[in-house]
Amino acid sequence: MQPQFITSYATSVPAKFAVGERVRVRKTAPLGHIRTPFYIRGHTGTIERLCGSFPNPEELAQMRDGLPAQPLYRVRFRQKDVWPDYRGSDDDVLEIEIFQHWLEKA
Amino acid sequence: MNDKGSYQPLTYFQLMEVSLRELLVEKGVLTQAQVEEAVEDMRNRTPERGARVVARAWVDAEFKKRLLADGPGACESLGIDVPKLRLVVVENTPQVHNAIVCTLCSCYPRMLLGIPPDWYKSRNYRSRMVREPRAVLAEFGLSIPQEVQIRVHDSTADMRYMVLPMRPAGTQGWSEERLASIVERDSMIGVAVPKA
Repeated sequence: MQPQFITSYATSVPAKFAVGERVRVRKTAPLGHIRTPFYIRGHTGTIERLCGSFPNPEELAQMRDGLPAQPLYRVRFRQKDVWPDYRGSDDDVLEIEIFQHWLEKA
Repeated sequence: MNDKGSYQPLTYFQLMEVSLRELLVEKGVLTQAQVEEAVEDMRNRTPERGARVVARAWVDAEFKKRLLADGPGACESLGIDVPKLRLVVVENTPQVHNAIVCTLCSCYPRMLLGIPPDWYKSRNYRSRMVREPRAVLAEFGLSIPQEVQIRVHDSTADMRYMVLPMRPAGTQGWSEERLASIVERDSMIGVAVPKA
């Protein structure tokens, strides 16, 4: 699958999810600097696009190089799946960037 | 970086900024001139840059196609320099309304829209925009019909987002400059729509 942005880091992890695939965000709470918001952890969504591969922010925050670069996806969630009492259309969605190591096949 | 004016005691963060800046200059990491240049650059980036991009996309279908596929490349073709910006442009249509938020901090396409408004960085906007976007948009005076899908984009990592609003009715034959003049910052964040 062609990423939207081509990056060239010394090492990068191959992308393992395809557009349209169902994925679940891992429900875990490690310490440190995390770019996966709490509210989305444990929820299931659909891969919208592969953005590219970028250094892992959790490693960067520890002053390491963040390599191998991690595939970053945009994942689409139905609002009613995320918030059971959501007020709005059934079709309303939320799209979030999530790194591959936070995702598992749903 | 104090503007000239009446004396006000420094706030906690101003004092931190002055201390850090003086240390960096003293240790030779940066020069005072570099700091001033960076601040000047920041001030010179205004939402008019984004408005130019939107107006071009309204009049040029090929440009719009490129903008949606390759945001940075399209901006550069207009002479707007966007170093290192991973720009994702999301298009409003009669069926879809897009809005941007950064729940974790205040990620924002500064290269195109300048310095973010204070409300964009507020806890209120950041927490509620993902939770009840229709209510938040209504507070901005924007009522989105139920049959229009709302797509909220949480800018959590390396991408930056800009909304491409719909060209309003009644603007046929307008010049690109005139079109750009009705594209305001909030419509490129998705909390407003341009009006003719």
